[in-house]
Amino acid sequence: MLSGLWAMAAGVARAQQPDPLAPLIQQITAGATVTVGRIKVVTPRLADNGHSVPMTLTVESPMTADDFVRSITLLSPRNPRPLMAKFMLGPHSGRAEVFTRVRLNGTQIVVAIAQLSDGSFWSGTAEVEVTESACLDAG
Amino acid sequence: MVARVDLPKTARSGEVIRVRIAIQHPMETGFRFDISGRAVPKNVINLLICRYNGEEVFRAEMSSGIAANPLLQFYTIARASGDLVFEWVDDAGRRDTERAAIAVA
Repeated sequence: MLSGLWAMAAGVARAQQPDPLAPLIQQITAGATVTVGRIKVVTPRLADNGHSVPMTLTVESPMTADDFVRSITLLSPRNPRPLMAKFMLGPHSGRAEVFTRVRLNGTQIVVAIAQLSDGSFWSGTAEVEVTESACLDAG
Repeated sequence: MVARVDLPKTARSGEVIRVRIAIQHPMETGFRFDISGRAVPKNVINLLICRYNGEEVFRAEMSSGIAANPLLQFYTIARASGDLVFEWVDDAGRRDTERAAIAVA
């Protein structure tokens, strides 16, 4: 009975928790607004283990000299180091797409933020269910 | 560090080409312990830069969130024949480079 109440309280606390990435996103964008869209995160819905999860980041952009993607930042709300990587692109890229393999400390919604040449920020997310975390020692 | 670069040997001028690099590196997180219980210090490739005929075309700033033996794939426009030179450095200060040639018609 008591443990049930405790679990309920924990559930409420979790629901009310602020977005753990908010301060980091604030830092990346220097307070600028982030619009949802234009960047797509493609990754398997279910990852058998978090040690190596393939991830493709694609931004809708003509990639011309005056309209291109400057950078793509990849964030994790559950990893001990939430900033996973930052990729710098430019008009010489021709195509705004980066592929890599990431480590994930458990099931989470990964966030990618693209900065375009006009200074605007765009975000995309992907939910990955991880059955075995990459951080067995760290917890 | 052993690295392998994959890009087309030839391309038409203006063609968007796919570039891939895989580097053999443990990307130590710093959260792991060795068999005697000592913490293994964090050591990841924190910066990789790709230059195409001297001009920077791609840069990756990485943390322990990138899997061991990092694989990076990106695109660039084939402009002129020459070299793509990759340069990277890890937390231990080890630097390494790898290059690949492309012929542009």
